[in-house]
Formats: sequence, C-alpha cells, structure tokens
Amino acid sequence: MLQKVVRSTVIDAPIERVWDVLRDFNSHHQWHEVVQESRIEVGRQSSQVGCVRAFRLKDGNFIREQLLALDDREYRSTYCIVEATVPLRRYVATVTLKPVTDGNRTFWHWESTFATPPGEERRLRDLVATGVYEAGFENLRRHLRQGMDLQHRGAAVMPSALPVSCRQVRQDRYGGPEVLTLSQGEVPAPGQGEVRIVQRAIGVNYFDIYLRRGLIPALMPLPGTPGMEAAGTVLNVGDGVGGLMPGDRVAYLCPQPGAYASIRNVPAETVVRLPASIDDEVAAALLLKGITADYLLRDLGRVSSGQRWLVHAAAGGLGLAVCAWARALGARVIGTVSSESKARIARDAGCEDVIVAPNYQFSRAVLRSFGQGADVIVDGLGEQARDENFASLAPAGHWISLGQATGALRPIDPDWLVAKSASFSRPVVFAYTQPRTRLVERAERVWQALAQGQLRAPLIERHGLEHAARAHERLESRQTTGALVLVV
Amino acid sequence: MIRIYVSSVIDASADSVWSRIRDFNGLPGWHPAIADSRIENQQPADRVGCIRHFHTRDGGLIRERLLALSDFDFACTYEILESPMGVEHYVATLKLTPVTDGGRCFAEWSAEFECAPGRERELSDLIGQGVFQGGFDALKKLFSRR
Repeated sequence: MLQKVVRSTVIDAPIERVWDVLRDFNSHHQWHEVVQESRIEVGRQSSQVGCVRAFRLKDGNFIREQLLALDDREYRSTYCIVEATVPLRRYVATVTLKPVTDGNRTFWHWESTFATPPGEERRLRDLVATGVYEAGFENLRRHLRQGMDLQHRGAAVMPSALPVSCRQVRQDRYGGPEVLTLSQGEVPAPGQGEVRIVQRAIGVNYFDIYLRRGLIPALMPLPGTPGMEAAGTVLNVGDGVGGLMPGDRVAYLCPQPGAYASIRNVPAETVVRLPASIDDEVAAALLLKGITADYLLRDLGRVSSGQRWLVHAAAGGLGLAVCAWARALGARVIGTVSSESKARIARDAGCEDVIVAPNYQFSRAVLRSFGQGADVIVDGLGEQARDENFASLAPAGHWISLGQATGALRPIDPDWLVAKSASFSRPVVFAYTQPRTRLVERAERVWQALAQGQLRAPLIERHGLEHAARAHERLESRQTTGALVLVV
Repeated sequence: MIRIYVSSVIDASADSVWSRIRDFNGLPGWHPAIADSRIENQQPADRVGCIRHFHTRDGGLIRERLLALSDFDFACTYEILESPMGVEHYVATLKLTPVTDGGRCFAEWSAEFECAPGRERELSDLIGQGVFQGGFDALKKLFSRR
C-alpha cells in the first residue's frame, strides 16, 4: 500500500522570502541539517525542470532526486527519488507555499507518497515526517531568523552577539529644544524578547516635548533619548522572538523612549512588519497617529454615520488622520485650527467646517453647525479650552482628552459632567496596542485605509537626526502642518 | 474577472473551526456583518443546491446558492443569486487546511466576480476586507477565548 505523509506549518516571513529559498533545488545543504552536501548533476541549473540533485546525508545515506515540476506562480515544487540508499520507493513529494494575507506570513505544506518494504512502513513514515519535514520546518525557520538567506545574496549580516555603535540624540538635562544634542552611543546585542533595528525614519510627536521638558521624569530619566516610534530594518533578534527576522522592514510604537537614534533595541511586542507599499517615512509619520485614530474611532468614539465629531488641532498629524478617517466612515466633522492657512488643510482633509480659533473660542460656531453640539470631542488643547469644550458637547457626548497643549486640565468634577450626561476619557495609546496581535491588527487597518484613500499619505516635514532640536522648535511654534520626521 | 484572495491562521483545529462554519445557514452565529439567515423552501442547510436568504447588518438582502460542500476537504463553494453589491457571476470558496504543526488551521476565502468598470477597487475592498477578513477576525476572536 502506498504511504502518505503530510506536514504543514506557518513561517513568519513573507512568501517571496520563503519561496526564494525553497525554489532553489540545490539549497538544502545550506539550511536542512540532515543534508551534508548537495550538487546538481551534469551542469544544469537548479531551477531547470528535470535536473537531478545528489544529496549526501549526515548519516551517510545517499539520495538522488529529480525535479518534476516547478511553479513560481503557485509556489509549488514537485520532485521524486530516482535512487537512494534508503528504501523509499516511488517517492514523489510536493512542497506548496500559500500566502497568509492576514499578517504577511507563509503557509507551507509538504506532502509525499511512497512505497516501502513490508514492515518498514512505520519507521519510514516517521523518518520522512519527523526527520525530514518537521526538522526542515525548524531548520528553515532558524536559517531565516539568522538572516542566512540574505547573507547568501551578498547582503551584510551583523553578528548578533556584538554591540554596534550608533548616533543618538541625548539630553543631559530637561529644558528647551537646545538640550537635544547628537552624540555617539553603543547598542548592545538584543536581549530576550528584543529586536535590534537599523532606523531610517523617526516620528516626532508632541509627547516627546513633554519628555524633553521633564514633565514625566519617571519615564525618561537623565541622560535620556526621547522618541517613541520609528521605522527601519531588523538587524537581528534576541532569544524568544517569534514573527520577526533580520531583514524585515518594520515600524514600532514603544512606551520606553529612545527612538531618536540610528540603531536601537525595542521589545518585539511593539514591532509590526511593513507592507512593501508603505515606505519608512510614511510609517514613522503615521504609525502612532494612525493607531490613535483607529482606537479613537473604533473603540472610544464608536464612529457611525451622521455622528458629529469636533477635532482640535485639525491640521496636525493626528487631527488630519482623525478628520479624514471619520469623514470616510460617514461622520460629520468640524475642526479647529490656529490660522487661516491651516484651515485650508483641514478643510481639504474632509472637515465640513473649520473654525479658526487662536484664542480657543469655538463653542458658538460648533453649536451653530451641529445644533445640539458634538457627540465626540477629540481634545489636545487642555485647560484653556476646558469650558468651551464642555459648552460644545452634545447631551450624552464623549469628551476625549488626549493632550494638554494649553496647560494641564484641572480635576473634572463628576457633578459637572452630569449636567450633560457626559463621558470623559483620558486614554493612553499603549492600553490599545497589547497584546501584539491588537497592535498588528490596528496597523493593518491603518495601511489598508491608506491604500483605500480613507487616510491620505501624511504631509511630512523632514529634519536630519542631528537637527532634532530644530524639529522640536518647529512643533512647539504651532506653525507645522502634518507630521514631523527625523531621517537618519 | 476580478479575483480576491484572503487567508489567515486560526488557532484551533480545522475540525472544530469547520464544525462552526460548515452550516450554510449559520453566518449570523459567527460573522459580525450578518444579521439573520434562513434557508429557502425548508431545505436542509447541507443540501448542495440549497439557497440561503440573509440580511447584512446594514439591511441588504443577499441570496446565495450552495454549489459544493466537502467535509473531506473542509471546503464550501457558493454563488450569489441576488445582492445589492452589483456583482455578476460571483462564486466564492471558503476552505480550511490543517496546520499539522500546532493544531491550528489555515483558512482561505476566495472569490471571482465581474462588476461595472470603475467599481473593482471598491468591491474588492468591501468583499476582501469587510466580508472575508472581517469573518476571519471574528473566528480568530471566537477561538482565542476557548
């Protein structure tokens, strides 16, 4: 009776990368531990259908296999044994890869049929299933994780145990933008659960300014490096990291500051892989803002058709994302900005009305457009706009306080809220990005929204890493529109 | 002809996920976009050729005919007879494959259809993301709680 063996797994790498290794009929000695050496007979190419590979295995056995079919469109390769010192007869095997579109991973299916001498069925099935296929899954995983496939193509792969030098923005005291200066540093090998990333674009956020000024010293003691998001390429990964490999293009959103640097270690929990369509600067400019917009719209605001949203700083990076996305999902949106030129940008992002309110007087205009007021307020203004915000809120409205650019909000009295049956939220993004699967889901929705035009590619103002101080000056001046990015 | 392909990995055996999704009348039990469903003419839901008659949460009526059902391959193929989406010759397949490593399953949902020129992108997003990925996300949540 013909024996059949089927084994399958999921590899945390894009299908092109896995296929690049597996389609090479002469690659097994590079990644599969049971194979000692492999060569293609009589000068053929390893992608030539009909070619024969001669294997010598570590246990001394010898096998010749012929490539019967190779399909780059279906990611499939079929081969048979033509001669072997192992008694596998009429052995025909097929390797099939399929893309896991949800997460950009790869499903790998490996199956074969063969005959055996009587009594040897069990032993040979185990040999093929465990010794060849399952061991192969593990071996290929390690091969990719160590970046061996990239090395093979001539790319530089760093030894993972060594520290590497980097450029980083450091501050030795809290204060104005001038405390940010560039210096040389060293990044140790990634620890347990960490990945080391070569960064190319770093997002600058208003939160970085709070850190720089020393408003949250517990989060960034001195000397410190601000920054919570960046994009780049994985250099290497520490122990216990699944789902990320050297060479992966990634972005991260990390509660521990330190992003203003050329190279950095971050917990793998905070990292997402980037689709090819999203470039580094867009990722650095949009990850935090897009994910924040995602939880504001879906989790807190529960956006629905016709719902009335009031968004402050509507021409800023987050404001533009919230306005455009809310509008695309059917909500009505009013924005506030500080100048006429910003009003044009906010209108362009989908605001039906934009209020120029340099002195934070906006409630009358909001009530004029929205009648009873706003169902949801996205507030980064804080104390000076406190009463205006409350006056703008519709009954049973939701006031979401994300920042306090005009000063810290005084405590909110619950009896004050009751007058409007209002809800008040003071969310932190990191409560909405754990575990990593939630972060990945949100990031994918952001990239999807960008691809569909629900979100627009952000306007990006670029500064060199060495000019971080100037980037902060610009952000604090309230003259920027869109997103600030430091490029390495 | 437009083709859509969406795939995912669900952290439960193909058997248990299949027992949830093989019911052609069971969409409201797991798909967040579907409000209600019935099988026309009192047919059993696993009779190939039966028609499910259901409403999406936004009120749209969709009628679909079961074209193939395989408990051996964990696969089901159906066509749209009537829908507000504006698709023609729409045939879709939902299929599970066991992942032998780890007791998970690989889920694929694909469709082919035709539509008016200019609507390709909108419909691909609606079906690929809204219907297929939305369904997989719901299944992943459903089976992660167990």
